Amino acid sequence: MGAVVGTLTMQTRQRPSRARDKVDDELEMTMVSHRPEGLEQLEAQTNFTKQELQVLYRGFKNECPSGVVNEETFKHIYAQFFPHGDASTYAHYLFNAFDTRNNGSIKFEDFVMGLSTLLRGTVRDKLEWTFHLYDINRDGFINREEMTEIVRAIYDMMGKYTYPALKGDVPKQHVDTFFEKMDKNKDGVVTLEEFVIACQEDENMMRSMQLFENVM
Amino acid sequence: MAAGVAAWLPFARAAAIGWMPVANLPMPVAPTNKNKRQDELIILNVSGRRFQTWRNTLDRYPDTLLGSSEKEFFFNEETREYFFDRDPDSFRSILNFYRTGKLHYPRYECISAYDEELAFFGIIPEIISDCCYEEYKDRKRENTERLMDDLEDNKDNKPPNMTFRETMWRAFENPHTSTMALVFYYVTGFFIAISVITNVVETVPCGTTPNQRDIPCGERYTEAFFCMDTACVMIFTVEYLMRLFAAPSRYRFMRSVMSIIDVVAILPYYIGLVMTNNEDVSGAFVTLRVFRVFRIFKFSRHSQGLRILGYTLKSCASELGFLLFSLTMAIIIFATVMFYAEKGSSSSKFTSIPASFWYTIVTMTTLGYGDMVPKTIAGKIFGSICSLSGVLVIALPVPVIVSNFSRIYHQNQRADKRRAQKVQKARLARMRISKAGSSTAFLHSKRNGLNQSLELTGSLEEDQQLKKTTSLLESQHHHLLHCLEKTTNHEFVDERLYEQGYLQTALQNFPSQSPSLSSEEGVTGTCCSRRTKKNIQALNATHTHSHTHNLQELSALHIHCGEQQPLNTSRSSLNLMSDESGSLNCKSSGLVTTAIISIPTPPSNNSRANPDAPPPPNPDAPPRPNPGSDVVKISAL
Repeated sequence: MGAVVGTLTMQTRQRPSRARDKVDDELEMTMVSHRPEGLEQLEAQTNFTKQELQVLYRGFKNECPSGVVNEETFKHIYAQFFPHGDASTYAHYLFNAFDTRNNGSIKFEDFVMGLSTLLRGTVRDKLEWTFHLYDINRDGFINREEMTEIVRAIYDMMGKYTYPALKGDVPKQHVDTFFEKMDKNKDGVVTLEEFVIACQEDENMMRSMQLFENVM
Repeated sequence: MAAGVAAWLPFARAAAIGWMPVANLPMPVAPTNKNKRQDELIILNVSGRRFQTWRNTLDRYPDTLLGSSEKEFFFNEETREYFFDRDPDSFRSILNFYRTGKLHYPRYECISAYDEELAFFGIIPEIISDCCYEEYKDRKRENTERLMDDLEDNKDNKPPNMTFRETMWRAFENPHTSTMALVFYYVTGFFIAISVITNVVETVPCGTTPNQRDIPCGERYTEAFFCMDTACVMIFTVEYLMRLFAAPSRYRFMRSVMSIIDVVAILPYYIGLVMTNNEDVSGAFVTLRVFRVFRIFKFSRHSQGLRILGYTLKSCASELGFLLFSLTMAIIIFATVMFYAEKGSSSSKFTSIPASFWYTIVTMTTLGYGDMVPKTIAGKIFGSICSLSGVLVIALPVPVIVSNFSRIYHQNQRADKRRAQKVQKARLARMRISKAGSSTAFLHSKRNGLNQSLELTGSLEEDQQLKKTTSLLESQHHHLLHCLEKTTNHEFVDERLYEQGYLQTALQNFPSQSPSLSSEEGVTGTCCSRRTKKNIQALNATHTHSHTHNLQELSALHIHCGEQQPLNTSRSSLNLMSDESGSLNCKSSGLVTTAIISIPTPPSNNSRANPDAPPPPNPDAPPRPNPGSDVVKISAL
């Protein structure tokens, strides 16, 4: 009788301790925070001044107090700028473009490096960055499927209520136009060189690239 | 767009570079930060406590006191700080609103003080975030109720010019307003009591007649009781008629419960007067006398507790109904079981299942009269189960009624639920509004043609006009959305206009010119006229270096125009009132739709936009007296 009671109580005692372990694990994960390298180092590595880095970090820390952005937070932040439609797909590709180390989170250094390329880099840097954004599987080529994905993601951000109303094949037309312009040797994929050359030939695009110079 | 992520706007704009290779149209010009000064700390001195924040933080909300130039009125030159003579504790929440984008309501704060602070700083209370909003609303409601109670207490001071009828009604409803009313109140109460006691005493046997039978007092002193009854009924009738006369809404009064009770109380007497001494209906007459007991319900006018009890029963009617239903089920089950269990025994009282109902009810309510008892063993077993379960089942309704009673006594839950539903609905509405807020802000600025002026490398004046209406943050955000529109070659529209747009595209696909000219001219003619107005003025201002820009736009546009609206070019030339060539009209496909959106806006919008948009050095522009409103009239089909 006592043995029975004893075994029963042992069972019940084990269960709470297991639950406690899980809670501890979760606590640990949320405590992880990351502090970036020093201001001078970052200033040396990027093309930003100290004040600009300060402003950037303040905004970064405000939204992500733990010091790293994971994909969910990233999507949430980006979606706030596009309330009409669904910005999550494009945010996903952006996240992958920023996450150069492919570990699922963006630290402040990655963030600032990416921004430095986009805002203060040379034209060639920007084009390379854009190419890497489009090249989803990182194989060095942009094929039609990848481009269609990207274009569809951009159109998703518009949302439903647009004029003229979005029809199903509009992204496809866009992709066709793109490939006509970019794919010089008509082999169905766009390499980095083709991309860079084609973009540099397009005056509109060059002007648009300079558009965001004064963002900071 | 939440202010919390305002700091990420540069990132979002930088990421827009990813759209550039995909876009076929040129992008609009970015708004520049003209006074590009370093972000500075400003000091806000609130009654001695110094708060410091970045100027950019405050600029996030330009339509509040701190975000606009209104704060310059509070600037103190000697100390170079902004001084506000307000409560520093409340200011904490307000400043946090700028920092985080969320407005919180602290619990220790008095609701009216907080409201005053918000009103002073130009912040509307509706943007209080969800975590604190319900608390805020509850407190606000309590406050308004308290104010209303105060008002009602003051109502007892008799307003001077009340008609006799109103005075009477007031006297009836609130007996303590005048002595006369009090007297009336007590007299009626007395007579109700007399009437009830008479009914009771009537049946008591008093005295015997020579033929050994006890007769009730009613039959012995028939006349006395009849006089008493008549007197009471007369009083009640007079009272009822007076109430009917004084009631503000007679129909509503007649439908109310109290008046029905009154009628039922006095009707038997009159019916009895009518059909006297008719032996056939005397049975019915006797039944009618039962209704005299309803006079006791007239006491509910005199007792608040009785009214609450009645209201309680009414309000938990559904719970009681369900309980009755489950009880009925149990009774039927046990009655059936007992009947079949006792079927075998001889001289069993359980003659049928309905006959067993009586046994089941008496047993379940633990009364146990003993007039029906089971004799078989099975019957006894089931009988005991029945009584045990009865205890459980009977114990259920009591807490329900008790809790309901206390609930109603303390401002009942049903009103709370209704209020909560309203709060929930309001909360959902607010979330929708805040989500739609940023999108409508963009559409709104499009309607005002602000984005249009971004098309050109704007002149200084235009930029100044921009600054007046939107903050830099907003204009940058709108620029970003505009780039997206250009990339995808589609425009953001309003929901309802989206449906309209569907109809219009159906209309415009007809190639025939003349019959549809009048109706479509309303649509596209308006847009073209509005466009050309802006084009003319803007182009006259910056004639030279937008020319090449135009041609490129034109080439891009013709591709687009061609596939959709081949008629646009020709029709718009009809509306041109200047000598500019057709290269003006289709500035970009975007503008066509922009103007279409602007049609349903009320004229006030247009009149507001128009004074803003025209740059001053423009004498060549043909003076159009507010074509916006004309446009609206044409298209107001």
